[in-house]
Amino acid sequence: MHIVDRRLNPRGKSLENRQRFLRRAKSAVQQAVKRSLQSRNIRDVLDGGEITLPIDGLTEPGFRRGEGGISDQILPGNRAFVEGDIIPRPPGRSGGRPKEAGEGDGEDGFRFVLTREEFLDVFLDDLELPDLAKRRLTETEEESPVRAGYSVSGSPSNLAVGRTTRMAMMRRIALRRPRIQEIEALRREIEECEDDEKRGALEAKLKALTEKSRRIPYIDPLDVRYRRFETEPKPVAKAVMFCLMDVSGSMSEHMKDLAKRFYLLLYLFLSQRYKKVEIVFIRHTDKAEEVDEETFFYGPATGGTLVSSALAAMRAIVAARFDPAEWNIYAAQASDGDNSYSDGTMTGQLLRHEILPLCQYFAYIEVGEEDSDSSVSRSPLWTLYEGIRSEQVPLSMRKVCQRNEIFPVFHELFQKRDAQSKVAP
Amino acid sequence: MTTTAMSKERLLFNGSDWDFPTLQGIHDACEEIALGELGLDVYPNQIEVITSEQMLDAYSSTGMPLFYRHWSFGKHFAHHEAFYRRGMRDLAYEIVINSSPCISYLMEENSATMQTLVIAHAAFGHNHFFKNNYLFQLWTDADGILDYLNFAKAYIARCEERYGEVEVERTLDAAHALMSHGVHRHAGKTKVDLRDEERREQERRVHEEQVFNDLWRTVPTGKKRTAADVGLEKRRLALGLPQDNILYFLEKSAPRLQPWQREILRIVRHVAQYFHPQRQTKVMNEGTATYVHYRIMNRLHERGQISDGNFLEFLKSHANVVFQPNYDDRRFSGFNPYALGFAMMQDIERIVTAPTEEDRAWFPDIAGRGDAMSVLRDIWADYRDESFINQFLSPNLIRQWRLFHLYDDPEQEEGILVSAIHDERGYRRIRRQLSREYDIGWIDPGIDIVDVDLAGDRRLLLRHNVTNDWFLQEADTKLVLQHLANLWGYDVLLQEIDSSNEVVKEHTASPRKPIQ
Repeated sequence: MHIVDRRLNPRGKSLENRQRFLRRAKSAVQQAVKRSLQSRNIRDVLDGGEITLPIDGLTEPGFRRGEGGISDQILPGNRAFVEGDIIPRPPGRSGGRPKEAGEGDGEDGFRFVLTREEFLDVFLDDLELPDLAKRRLTETEEESPVRAGYSVSGSPSNLAVGRTTRMAMMRRIALRRPRIQEIEALRREIEECEDDEKRGALEAKLKALTEKSRRIPYIDPLDVRYRRFETEPKPVAKAVMFCLMDVSGSMSEHMKDLAKRFYLLLYLFLSQRYKKVEIVFIRHTDKAEEVDEETFFYGPATGGTLVSSALAAMRAIVAARFDPAEWNIYAAQASDGDNSYSDGTMTGQLLRHEILPLCQYFAYIEVGEEDSDSSVSRSPLWTLYEGIRSEQVPLSMRKVCQRNEIFPVFHELFQKRDAQSKVAP
Repeated sequence: MTTTAMSKERLLFNGSDWDFPTLQGIHDACEEIALGELGLDVYPNQIEVITSEQMLDAYSSTGMPLFYRHWSFGKHFAHHEAFYRRGMRDLAYEIVINSSPCISYLMEENSATMQTLVIAHAAFGHNHFFKNNYLFQLWTDADGILDYLNFAKAYIARCEERYGEVEVERTLDAAHALMSHGVHRHAGKTKVDLRDEERREQERRVHEEQVFNDLWRTVPTGKKRTAADVGLEKRRLALGLPQDNILYFLEKSAPRLQPWQREILRIVRHVAQYFHPQRQTKVMNEGTATYVHYRIMNRLHERGQISDGNFLEFLKSHANVVFQPNYDDRRFSGFNPYALGFAMMQDIERIVTAPTEEDRAWFPDIAGRGDAMSVLRDIWADYRDESFINQFLSPNLIRQWRLFHLYDDPEQEEGILVSAIHDERGYRRIRRQLSREYDIGWIDPGIDIVDVDLAGDRRLLLRHNVTNDWFLQEADTKLVLQHLANLWGYDVLLQEIDSSNEVVKEHTASPRKPIQ
């Protein structure tokens, strides 16, 4: 008999088959991924995870029997019936036979788990981030050494003396190496000893001890330890994403939902491109505050609308925490377009002279009610931003009313472009 | 019972940990009992320790260690994995391959007791069954299968390089759709020799191309005469019609297939054929293996080689394996082949060793023969599920399981008829009906290729003989016929025929784009 250990065989034997399957199911997977996004938190989306695919298109057909025929069946466990009994059919089953083995295996929707990479690849297929990196930052990462425990090999310069002596001492104690003082004491005793017989015994003991201490060295190569370093990549391409949202009374749940979808897409997209992405949520009514995600989307708030307050808050946060020299700054603003008339000038000033120069990209989406027609209305904010928009500034804007417009709009904003074409539409 | 002090010495393992020497010891102990005491006859064993991920892999490619690439295996992998991850389903404890040497997979997570159970079950129970059952002897080639699969994998990979993944995938998809109708159901050919298959592949290809050219040559002047001459019978004879092995027919006679496509059909057909005996012997195969592991584990315990605690652990898994819920239990999903098979094997043992009057009347040949193992070994060799149940399901077991027969005719408004129960009048009817449920010829729709209009539009004609009003499922049939038409290269017509020989339903398909 042979026993073979196959555990170390190359893993992922089915990887190729899996990829083929994904390729085959591409459009279904894309649909499913989009669907699954609706029910998740922004950060959760990154974990990839389970999606459900419709089974059609992925079926492997075969000649099978349909329904409606005469069926005979043997079943175990009769307690009450005698021959000739008529049992009423269970409701909802059209003359069919009871369920057979394997039929109920969730074949109606086909579930499986996508890895994070697969998930994002499908999702962000053919999108590109405008103006990806700061010009002065190199694309390569810096690496810096970080202490990472001890190792038994290394260069002399990394010798960890303290650790080595500690190891040596542990070994000496464990193996009972005679201490130097012990031997010294014995020697003195021999010198002072008068009795020959006793001296002989002591000398034998001394001999044994010295031999033992020779066998068990004070420091053994086994004890030597070196400091170990690992290089840790230091992210230089960092991005921060500002989500600005108007939460004043005029914003309905539907509008907020649209906004969430947009932020989610942007976050996904950014985190695919950057090692590290921070998110800052700023909501505003007539004053702005930085909040967590939960509050941002679901916390109640009422009040007027002053867009400039949000922009000012963003400016302050950038100044305090995100040095533009180090961070790529993205901002996405969602609003229904309302703004106080008195605030127009202020907002324009802030955006043009303070915010846009900081940003890699500033996206403004104007959300509307589901049934409204976005193309006709011209809101105060839209008019204002349109005035600022030009070839030179990284500002783009779109109107969205329907859920299903979000992805196309996002897609449009970030689709791959020729190198020379500008970000602004 | 031996004393504890003595048995300590003999224990194969302690607790649940194991290592490779332990496995060796377990195997040797099982072998001693299996061969020495039970008189089993097995292929050499090879035991492979794998991880759970590898187990999932193996599942997805129908349990084979090496297989060609196809998206559907990826789909199955994803499917199984999703179930497994959500904890909805355990992995099977074992997979065993009908090959020589017989390969059994053990999962590394299993406890020592489970490894013993799996070795007894797979490496001896299944192994013996594979080697001795007549269906496996007739239809499978244990020596050649691994080499053949290796060849198949390489061949298909080569085709992908040469003709493109898409083309190969189309062919494989089509072949898979017809796989259930790609087996020879009736013996009559000599045993397959897969090694030979592989060797002759090249040679055959050249030869077949010529045959095809000849068969399909259309000489303008002779055309009319051919049509008149070749009568229906002659034509069918020349093509070997009627033919129920659709893949075989296409491989031999489809006019527009490339040689490599024929080879792919052939590969899929061989794989289908290889698994065909397994489909027909589920109850017997699992019953045999379960019976064998039960005997071996009990003996090991008697001999003091397994501790009481570990034996209890075994009994618990064993009880899970042979659990049969009743029809009104939420967990019921048909008969559990392990349970039914094991119960029948034990029942046979009882009939052979301690028969009642009833048993003597029902089973005069085996009742009271005394040597259970020799009777079982003969049964394992000579039967398949259908004939096995038809022959050996005893009144005793029918009563014990309280089996009953439901007859459901949709025409009957009132409901379902209980047409037999576990009493004198019912035994034979229940036995006959249950055995029919395991008859592949009865379960699978019977579809034959009956004619080709060679002189005309070359339309392929198939017939489905409808039994008990079970028509083919519409949507699936359409898809399969499409695949069939694509392979055939011309129109395809499938007629469904009821018992009075009337065509009740027709399905047609035209090749979307002839496979080039």
